[in-house]
Amino acid sequence: MLRVENIQTQATPEFSSALLAEMADMVSRYPEGKQKSAMLPILHAVQAEQGWLSSEAMDRVAEYLKIESIEVYEVATFYTMYFLRPQGKYVLEVCRTGPCCLVGAEKIMDHIEQKLGVKEGDITPDGLFSWRGVECLAACGFGPVLQIGPEYTFYENLTPESVDRLISDLTVKANN
Amino acid sequence: MARKLLLEHINVPGINTYDVYRSKGGYESVEKALKTLTPEDVVEEVKKSGLRGRGGAGFPTGMKWSFLAKPEGVPRYLVCNADESEPGTFKDRYLMTHIPHLLIEGMIIGSYALGAKTSYIYVRGEMMPQIRILERAIAEAKAAGFLGKNILGTGYDLELYVQPGGGAYICGEETALIESLEGKRGNPRIKPPFPAIAGLYGCPTVVNNVESIAATVPIIRDGGEEYAKVGIGRSTGTKLISAGGNLKNPGVYEIDLGLPVEEFIYSDEYCGGIANGKRLKAVVAGGSSVPILPANLILKTAAGDARLMSYEGLSEGGFATGTMMGSGGFIAFDEDQCIVRNTWNFTRFYHHESCGQCSPCREGTGWMEKVLHRLEHGHGKLSDMDLLVDVSKKIEGNTICPLGDAAAWPVASAIRHFRDEFEWHVTNPSAAVAGNFGLAHYADPLVIAEAQA
Repeated sequence: MLRVENIQTQATPEFSSALLAEMADMVSRYPEGKQKSAMLPILHAVQAEQGWLSSEAMDRVAEYLKIESIEVYEVATFYTMYFLRPQGKYVLEVCRTGPCCLVGAEKIMDHIEQKLGVKEGDITPDGLFSWRGVECLAACGFGPVLQIGPEYTFYENLTPESVDRLISDLTVKANN
Repeated sequence: MARKLLLEHINVPGINTYDVYRSKGGYESVEKALKTLTPEDVVEEVKKSGLRGRGGAGFPTGMKWSFLAKPEGVPRYLVCNADESEPGTFKDRYLMTHIPHLLIEGMIIGSYALGAKTSYIYVRGEMMPQIRILERAIAEAKAAGFLGKNILGTGYDLELYVQPGGGAYICGEETALIESLEGKRGNPRIKPPFPAIAGLYGCPTVVNNVESIAATVPIIRDGGEEYAKVGIGRSTGTKLISAGGNLKNPGVYEIDLGLPVEEFIYSDEYCGGIANGKRLKAVVAGGSSVPILPANLILKTAAGDARLMSYEGLSEGGFATGTMMGSGGFIAFDEDQCIVRNTWNFTRFYHHESCGQCSPCREGTGWMEKVLHRLEHGHGKLSDMDLLVDVSKKIEGNTICPLGDAAAWPVASAIRHFRDEFEWHVTNPSAAVAGNFGLAHYADPLVIAEAQA
């Protein structure tokens, strides 16, 4: 899956002061001159605020960490948790690995696709949801499972009914 | 009832808080270590305990610690590997969620033993809730004087930080984890040099699994010799087993190493048998990368003895008829499961997670995935099984890190033990797409009947 092809170049909002404070705290955890170590936590924090990582946001992270932009791009493209294009407000990430499939994960993914009416990776017209299959989430005893960022809340022992409830709860939450 | 060394207080309300954990004897091992033992003494106790790495490789923890280089004036690091991503394994998530202070206590003991002044817990990024739990617990421990400057007035300083990963299985490999902690792609390093000589920032580093670090708490509390009395032979102590798949009671269980597999699966104290009254077809006993075994070989060894859950017990018979302890991710398959489909699923996982550095793994995992996909979807050839074995053999042992081996073993073992099911997919493609090969001869009916009686 080539994930970098559709990077949009719309204006990226400024980082909030809270985010900048968080970034400073993250850098303080490593020895002098090793600020690059803060890369992964900083990218998570930026994504939590902006929903995805635009190339402009990544350039700003590079500048902040005093490294080349390519060093941020290569990390952001390597790790699967970073979104390189806009997503739905809620991204339903369903575990698709063996143990969850033994207890019905494939059926849950089919159900989500049908319920949301969009294919894996696409966003619903109202902008609220996107979904994708992800690899093992280390919850194999409680499958099928899905997670929703940026806090990565887990929903376990999924059934089509519980997925329906979750989607309608989130819809209500988003509209209030 | 087996004894619990790690999960003894797991059901105590509020055990995730400092106050309750402390009231149950928590942090007494830190007090004992820092006030009455030298760092060398702590390493010696861990050596005596016989504790073996709980992340999958099973290397003796005390020995790993004793290999750490200690050049003058160079910082040393302890890094906890909490990147739990091996399919079938969820024990570390459970431990960090419910009893986070046990890990923090172990980190203080380990850091003291190794002379580390800064230590990191690398948690997979998806475990954001667990990261928050650990951060809160660290703040509590710091407020109580167990972290920071001059801990317990002993002059020992330690800062402990939690580092999130970014969603990459490969970062469970220790050198990839170190790369990731340095803010890079998780490409494993060529060894040597080993992390004990040149790890994080080029400094001597030990990387240990969550459960290994937590196990040092009872080891210091009771002494290494006491710990070594639990278990069997060279498999000392207790082990957390993540039980999943088609089991009646999936979950995390702490077992004394040496428990018979049959008891683990069928006794009500543990998994309570197979879910929905089905019969057992196969088991992956140590996380997705270890060889899969049919029911008859997981319950009894080829020699007919009861198979035991220990490092030696599970590997009895080598790869011909045995498997491995691995990370303790115990996945049970009932009679309705398709081995070909699962092998395809696991191989897709390894293809997805290969870092791409070594060609045998980068290309080979993709080839195996394609061949397995066509077998599962009714387009396979009878020559595909030999092709798969051939590819798997060319990956195995030819890569920088063990991900190549981890990808090769499930495929080779599935064909070794379930070849007729693969062939059936070729000879009966439409039936294979629509239905299932079933239990066939994989389960010895006598064993199942006895177990259920």
